[in-house]
Amino acid sequence: MSAPTDDAVRLDSVTEVTWTQLVSASGLTEGELRELVQYGALVPRDPNAPTWTFESRWLVVARTVAHLHHDFELDAHAVSVVLSYVERISELEAEVRKLRAQLG
Amino acid sequence: MKYKDYYAILGVKRDAGADEIKTAYRRLARKYHPDVSKEKDAEEKFKEMAEAYETLKDPEKRAAYDQLGRHQSGEEFRPPPDWGEHFAQGQGAFDDIDLSDLFAGIAGRQGRGGGGRRADRPMAGSDYEAVVRISFEQAFHGTEVDLELSVLEWDPDGGVRRVPHRVKARIPRGVTDGEKLRVPGKGGKGANGGPDGDLYLDIEVQTHPFYRVDGQDLYVDLPLAPWEAVLGTSVKLPTPAGAVTLKVAAGTRAGQRLRLAGRGMARGKSTPGHLYAMVRIEVPTIIDDKQRKLYEQLAETSNFTPHAQLEQEAAK
Repeated sequence: MSAPTDDAVRLDSVTEVTWTQLVSASGLTEGELRELVQYGALVPRDPNAPTWTFESRWLVVARTVAHLHHDFELDAHAVSVVLSYVERISELEAEVRKLRAQLG
Repeated sequence: MKYKDYYAILGVKRDAGADEIKTAYRRLARKYHPDVSKEKDAEEKFKEMAEAYETLKDPEKRAAYDQLGRHQSGEEFRPPPDWGEHFAQGQGAFDDIDLSDLFAGIAGRQGRGGGGRRADRPMAGSDYEAVVRISFEQAFHGTEVDLELSVLEWDPDGGVRRVPHRVKARIPRGVTDGEKLRVPGKGGKGANGGPDGDLYLDIEVQTHPFYRVDGQDLYVDLPLAPWEAVLGTSVKLPTPAGAVTLKVAAGTRAGQRLRLAGRGMARGKSTPGHLYAMVRIEVPTIIDDKQRKLYEQLAETSNFTPHAQLEQEAAK
């Protein structure tokens, strides 16, 4: 029997994920993940809402968190600092891509 | 299954203490982690050392590993007959799994909180990640991919086995190189009512001979002859959605970008990006006598000196 075709979902600012999904993807405890939210490394759609939801693009960040936490044994604070560098590198890479596209 | 010498991988002696093992792993992780390393085969090396550390840092798993005995790296072996009774109840046959699967089984039985047996509590399936290489055209129009994965599955009695896992996924149009997509519920199977894991797809888009991509915008080089740039012309230009005729105005300069609005990548319901034709002026390197005379005539009659300002500066 042929396998059904599933939609691969884009991780962007349009689709949404729950707090539980984010915790599961990050591999951190809820407490550690809350710490990351406090540090501004993860941003809920509405920080004052009783239950947090996130733009699905934060799942990519959560998976980076999982790698940093697991592979380098970093705590939440260290992860938040490294994340800011990762973000800066991504911005620079995007800038390089743009220039390469324009210059050929 | 093939034996791996976890101690040799981490470069420590078999009687190394926990701190020594941790330091060895951290030193190697710093060198070979794929996010930071430029070493060849860094990802493969890192996976190997992470697998070794995962086992040796855990006293129970390390004891189980030591009980497997000493073998040459890469040597085919089977765990001793009584090994399963002590460490891998319900493991059954050791076929179709590798060494890391064996220890994943032990981790599963320990449970996430460390206490309780796996069979007692719901276990979420593992998330998996797969690299998907697609052509530029597939990225532009969207496509379907058929993936053959191998995932770990829990037996009802607590053992693990590796099973083939086929996933067909619809890739939306407008994906870009490096983008990550998620196929919910298509990772490893959950156990005892736990949810299935997700499958993450790392998109790699092959480079195209003409088009370069920046987000939703596309760039293509437009080489023009000097007279085409001076006098203006029409060029039939390929675009991913079909050819168009581009009017090039008289007096077009090198480096100018001519925009074809809405001819870039479309993503979901958003407005498509643009296609930019980047003007380059090409000059003929071989000319015949007649053409040379025409150029000389042009040089005599024209007072166009684009380097005049530089010469003025040089004369100071």
